[in-house]
Amino acid sequence: MQDLINAVVELMEEEALELTKKYLGDGKSGKEVFEAYQKGMAEIGARFEAKEYFVPELILSGELMQAGSELIKPYLSAADSAADEKKLGKALIATVEGDIHDIGKNIAGMMMDIAGLEVKDLGVDVPTKTIVEEAKNWQPNIVGLSGLLTLAYDPMREVVEGLKAAGLRDKVKVIVGGGQTDEHVCKYVGADIFATDAMVNVTYAQKWLGGK
Amino acid sequence: MTDYSKLYDERQKRFEDAVALRKPDRVPMIVMPEYFPARLSGYSIKEVMYNPEAMSQAWLAYHEKYQPDRADNPFRIRGFGSLLEVYDFQHLKWAGHGLPDNMAYQFVELELMKPEEYDHFIHDMTDFMIRRYWPRVNKSLAAFEKLPPFNSEISYLFGLYGPVAFLDPEIRKAVETVGRAAEECAKILASGRALGMKYKELGFPPSSGALTQAPFDTLSDFFRGTKGLMVDLRRRPDKVMAACEKLMPVMLEVALRSTKASGCPIVFIPLHKCMDTFMSQSQFEKFYWPHLQQLLQELIKNDRIPWVLMEGVCNDRLNSFRNVPEGKMVWHIEGSDIRKAKEAFKGVACVRGNLPVSVLVTGTPDDVRAECKKLMDLMKDDGGFIFDTGVNIGDASIENVDAMYEYVREHGAY
Ligand code: B12
Repeated sequence: MQDLINAVVELMEEEALELTKKYLGDGKSGKEVFEAYQKGMAEIGARFEAKEYFVPELILSGELMQAGSELIKPYLSAADSAADEKKLGKALIATVEGDIHDIGKNIAGMMMDIAGLEVKDLGVDVPTKTIVEEAKNWQPNIVGLSGLLTLAYDPMREVVEGLKAAGLRDKVKVIVGGGQTDEHVCKYVGADIFATDAMVNVTYAQKWLGGK
Repeated sequence: MTDYSKLYDERQKRFEDAVALRKPDRVPMIVMPEYFPARLSGYSIKEVMYNPEAMSQAWLAYHEKYQPDRADNPFRIRGFGSLLEVYDFQHLKWAGHGLPDNMAYQFVELELMKPEEYDHFIHDMTDFMIRRYWPRVNKSLAAFEKLPPFNSEISYLFGLYGPVAFLDPEIRKAVETVGRAAEECAKILASGRALGMKYKELGFPPSSGALTQAPFDTLSDFFRGTKGLMVDLRRRPDKVMAACEKLMPVMLEVALRSTKASGCPIVFIPLHKCMDTFMSQSQFEKFYWPHLQQLLQELIKNDRIPWVLMEGVCNDRLNSFRNVPEGKMVWHIEGSDIRKAKEAFKGVACVRGNLPVSVLVTGTPDDVRAECKKLMDLMKDDGGFIFDTGVNIGDASIENVDAMYEYVREHGAY
């Protein structure tokens, strides 16, 4: 399915979707076709890191992945979905309350996904309570908080306090991300690390979770 | 007794020296206060947004306390609560309208121009503005969407009966709304002028006399949205190019007109969408830089001083940005590497920035002094530098702002 992989990587939307239909129609399993998409996404991620692709390409690839998944979904068995779960670990991400910047968070999420983490994205302007509740229920290994406004520091800190109060702080690593984060902010919030680029956290995730 | 006119001249010269890459008497210091002065004087943001007296008093108190080298006049883009209400304005959430009383207003991204509307915009921008854009961004003018186009109202053969549209009660109401907006505008602008006079009496020249944008940014921020325009770059690049070309003279005109009216030649140009990760270098060189470069050259030719705030990280763009006339403008750094900027603009342009505002919000006064020292040691040199933060100080703690101003005052002399 190299032609499908190529179409994904080159972001040729129509061609990729046509090929997806063709392969599924020809009897390829949903899982195989999905893997072609994943390979394509991995290459797109690599091109982003290499500064060959930029945010516009990531947004388009996100849209393509979405459209492709819709086509593939009916062909995926329950066993396929379960198999997908033996990932490196789980990361819960959100842009904190009061802030709606999501480009950086989405990139970080995409990179973590490509690196083999299961990512749950709660969206933007997410109340502290929602993040802490979700951390309780879903039990992620990493909580990634994005915020680009200086007013995001306090909500980030409240999430960390919420995690402590819920007895979860020792069980999760907290990463804060966004252009306005640095070591001062990291300390203020009580996070484990800060990330002003999307790969930092992948590297850390691999370090934290790789050994387990 | 303080000689305020002497103070004014000194400040003016200090800034001009820095811009011209000469050595001033000391490092000029200007920061963008956002709503910090309200907090300093114990007002909520909502109070100053709606009460011009409170706003003037708070801003005067800020300037008297810190003595920055240029004054921030907040009325046009901060003291406009009553006007936003008249418009039922959709591009912002603000205190009392979707936000708590003490939160600074926030931009709401909207796709006010659909992809299929590029041609309308390019063909007749004014018609698009009146019949499509205004009705969408100002909910109280929604009825203008029903207006017919007026380009065929030509003399007696075609042109006498267009106004019949105004019989529509909703359109009539919208027209009355424009009248009410006019009254609010006049009040706000008058408050701004009064404060400007007061600043002048106290020896503070204004921070800027106009605001404009790179055409690509205007198209992205206000018409297509960040993601919408990024996708357009691939799906309909020709339309993007045509729209930017359409906007270029508009962005130049607005800057020339406002600086002429205000008498202050400084033009503030915040850059939003050219960060390193937002487009490839070749896209930047095609869709972004040519119009911005032309804008800067035209402004400079007309004796205006562009003050360009590079938002985010633009390290890969510095090589293009340095192609501007020498000693005529200011590049304000936020997240880009200030060492690289210093190198790139050496002998070319004044660099402004970029104390990390994170330290002002979350650090201690000692942390602040340490960061100030780092920045001053690196940048003070022989001039060509203006001390500023990377982003506005709206959320900074008062004691940290005190520490910052004190440090620069103590160590700023050349
Ligand atoms: C694009 C933009 C917008 C867009 C956002 C579109 C969107 N859907 O996200 C729009 C136009 C909507 C917008 C609105 C506003 N903005 Co804005 N915006 C920006 C801008 C120019 C770029 C942000 C961006 O996307 N960067 C690119 C991405 C790729 O970088 P990043 O977010 O840093 O992410 C990277 C890393 O940090 C990291 N990362 C990020 N998150 C995470 C999370 C995890 C878990 C990990 C591991 C890593 C990680 O990985 C990413 C990839 O490398 C910045 C400038 C800047 N310096 O960032 C201003 C900026 C953030 N905005 C600012 C402001 C003030 C606003 C407004 C309040 C303006 C207003 N007055 O209305 C509103 C606020 C709206 C709100 N409630 O949030 C200020 C903030 C200043 C302050 N004191 O807080 C900035 C800094 C501009 C400035 N210099 O003044 N903005």
